[in-house]
Amino acid sequence: MQAVHSSPHTPPQNSVSRMMLTLLLALIPGILVYIYFFGWGVVVNISLAVAVAIFSEALMLGIRHRPLKPYLLDGSAVVTAVLFALALPTLAPWWLTMAGIAFAIVIAKHLYGGLGYNPFNPAMVGYATLLIAFPKEMTAWLPAGIHEVTFIDNLRYTFLNALPEGMTYDSLTMATPLDTVKTELAQDRTMEEIPVRYSGLFGGVAGRGWEWVNLMFMLGGLILIYMKVINWRIPLAVILGLFLIATLFAIPDPDLRPSPWFHMFGGAAMLGAFFIATDPVTAAATPRGQLIYGFGIGIIIYVIRTWGGYPDGVAFAVLIMNMAVPTLDYYTRPRVFGQGKK
Amino acid sequence: MKHKLWHFNGGLHLDGHKHMSMTEHVLPVALPAQISLPLQQHIGAPAEPVVAVGDHVLKGQMIAKASDYVSAPVHASTSGKVIAIEERPVPHPSGLPSECIVIETDGKDQWKELKPIANYQEMDPSALRNVIRDAGIVGLGGAGFPTFIKLNPGPDNVVETLILNGAECEPYITCDAMLMQEHPRRIIDGLLVMKHALRAKHCLIAIEDNKKVAHTMLVNALHEHESEFIDIVQIPTLYPTGGEKQLVKVLTGKEIPSNGLPIDIGVVCHNVATAAAVCETIEAGKPLISRNLTMTGEAIETPCNLEVLFGTSFAHLLDACGWQAEQTDEVLMGGPMMGFGISSLDAPVIKTTNCILARPKNQPHRQPAMPCIRCGQCADVCPAQLLPQQLYWYSHAKDFDKVQDYNLFDCIECGCCAYVCPSHIPLVQYYRFAKTEIWAMERDKIKADHARERHEFHQYRMERKQQEDEERKRMKKELLKKTQGKEDTEADTKQAAIEAAMARVKAKREDQEQQKKNVENLSEKQQQALSEVEERRQRSGKAESSNEDSN
Repeated sequence: MQAVHSSPHTPPQNSVSRMMLTLLLALIPGILVYIYFFGWGVVVNISLAVAVAIFSEALMLGIRHRPLKPYLLDGSAVVTAVLFALALPTLAPWWLTMAGIAFAIVIAKHLYGGLGYNPFNPAMVGYATLLIAFPKEMTAWLPAGIHEVTFIDNLRYTFLNALPEGMTYDSLTMATPLDTVKTELAQDRTMEEIPVRYSGLFGGVAGRGWEWVNLMFMLGGLILIYMKVINWRIPLAVILGLFLIATLFAIPDPDLRPSPWFHMFGGAAMLGAFFIATDPVTAAATPRGQLIYGFGIGIIIYVIRTWGGYPDGVAFAVLIMNMAVPTLDYYTRPRVFGQGKK
Repeated sequence: MKHKLWHFNGGLHLDGHKHMSMTEHVLPVALPAQISLPLQQHIGAPAEPVVAVGDHVLKGQMIAKASDYVSAPVHASTSGKVIAIEERPVPHPSGLPSECIVIETDGKDQWKELKPIANYQEMDPSALRNVIRDAGIVGLGGAGFPTFIKLNPGPDNVVETLILNGAECEPYITCDAMLMQEHPRRIIDGLLVMKHALRAKHCLIAIEDNKKVAHTMLVNALHEHESEFIDIVQIPTLYPTGGEKQLVKVLTGKEIPSNGLPIDIGVVCHNVATAAAVCETIEAGKPLISRNLTMTGEAIETPCNLEVLFGTSFAHLLDACGWQAEQTDEVLMGGPMMGFGISSLDAPVIKTTNCILARPKNQPHRQPAMPCIRCGQCADVCPAQLLPQQLYWYSHAKDFDKVQDYNLFDCIECGCCAYVCPSHIPLVQYYRFAKTEIWAMERDKIKADHARERHEFHQYRMERKQQEDEERKRMKKELLKKTQGKEDTEADTKQAAIEAAMARVKAKREDQEQQKKNVENLSEKQQQALSEVEERRQRSGKAESSNEDSN
């Protein structure tokens, strides 16, 4: 691209593909625990999403006359696909996954200019679109635990919509802890009663299985911070925002408000904080902007979970704060060296 | 005597590659048959030749004089005959040739008569500055700003701290480290001269903590002097600590204002090599005709530091050091972070050549640039606390107002951002492009303003001439009428002459007033634009001078 060599004359130290690959590796502990608790569905979803993402990416690059090799190898489409698939319920039918990821890559990413130019997190756009268009299919979660659904069963369900022998849809799926808490609280039950009524649904501090998945994503995220693929500001601000507002409401009303731990280690909180909110393209870029951006996401997650129409709010929280990014970046420009304190 | 240190934002821990050229042995470099001395080896106006083709010159003889306040003379670096004054290749990022005085050496290397200064302490600082100016000394750290100007604090400024920059933070370069090891006394003596010129209260010599030997040698040399107002400070090795703004921050905790000079906060900063050159001028009477430079890089057999006469070609030096031409990717002047590629190896060593770096071919390839993913790693390492990704965005879009809003002119072009960029965007190149475009636009604007003023004045003059002509005709007519009526008297003629004179005076006054109005009646917007241009011009001028000693 550049004919004239300008300083610095140093070999490349880092690359987009290296960052993306590291990010994928950091997801592995979380994914393994995910499989352990929720079965093979997540693997099916990831594989399907990655395949469709690569196809859509290649198609759009072709239409836009962009070179295939560097952009396919940058790994960004794969990352979008994996994050999208991790947000899906384990028993998502094939067309749901395919439609969502195709929408994410084609509309949310490439129609806005491709890598580096999309204002909204593509994975979350795909997910939110599905949530609005196909609400029922988006709740097809297996309960956490060791269950009899085999890999083949899962494949058959995904592609043929065939339930395992002797099982009905309702006996197979189960509402998530976040969803259950929300519905039950709406029916005037207290946080003391709910875990008793749904004994298999809760673990130590949050939803059974979910707390471990979250813990592992947090671990992966900390590795990313250590490897300097992401910085600490956004994840910390998301967690802090969520924790503070949850504490604020839980202290006076522990019967009606789940504990901050339940929120921090429930649903997609840690995945969102470390892997989704930190998408550099769509996140705030200034240090102070990142703190506000993350804090806002934490608050909105709680607001949607508590008073909104959906059990989890990570996707909408991220998308809403994506909208605020240009303004945040503009008003939080750092003080330049040698200029007075602003 | 631990000196308190501060931090600046970002910076990089780079692999120094310094050991390779830190060798004791010095290669003999044969006197080249020809030397080519560019008239522009410094920041400011090019020097003016004072010799003609065919003249015989002696070593150390001034062959071109300073043509302006911000300028520096050039001296013959050896004896010989001037054979040409013409455009020749010079080391410059543009790769364009420039005016040079070419001397055919006579091999005698015969000095002119040298006049050392025995007792500079009794000299007036301004006389001392003149000696240093006439010796052609400029900042040897890399920028080449005339030293005597930086030895003039101005009437209202007090120099609290005089800093000698021995940080040398760029990888590969070791010429300052070697100088500190071999000639610590020269550096301290030079520092004392500078201190006298500046009437500085306190002096600091800053050395990165990877140069232990240099530090020890300087400390030992300082003991002999027993100067209680000089401190030698070890600073953490971190690129770009050697940048003037960064170094001042590290040593004093103070920030040089973004469009100001170090003197604004009572600091003056010079390079250690500049101090040594000042010492040579005062003690031996020698003008600046040579410098220490580092010959290094993986494509050179015997990397080393040499004292090289200005005007010696790169090719001559590379050959002397066992250069493997076929294995060289490119030859740089300066270090890998801020140096630039040399397009012609016939280019000579000049006052600002601190390093010649021959890089090998088998390096990892430059990868094509990908779109910016706004990861912000550039902002994390930026020592000027800028937002490089925004600067890139607006430079790319050629939005030159916005790019200045984001403080483009505070960029010191250190290259940290481009070094860490995962998308391999040549960021610094974009910033240089934007700066150059903005300078060009300002020049054009000033030119256009001049043209417009000239045009308006021309029009006004034509109108006035017409008016005057008409007035004269009318007077003549009246006079004629009067003489025809034979009623005119001497007094009347006189009266007419007085009237005519008054009319002329009036016209002249109007003319002056109107001329004034040309500048006064500018709209607010125009006025603002003018003052902005003025301010920016001053700032960029200052920015250039403050990049001095950036190694």
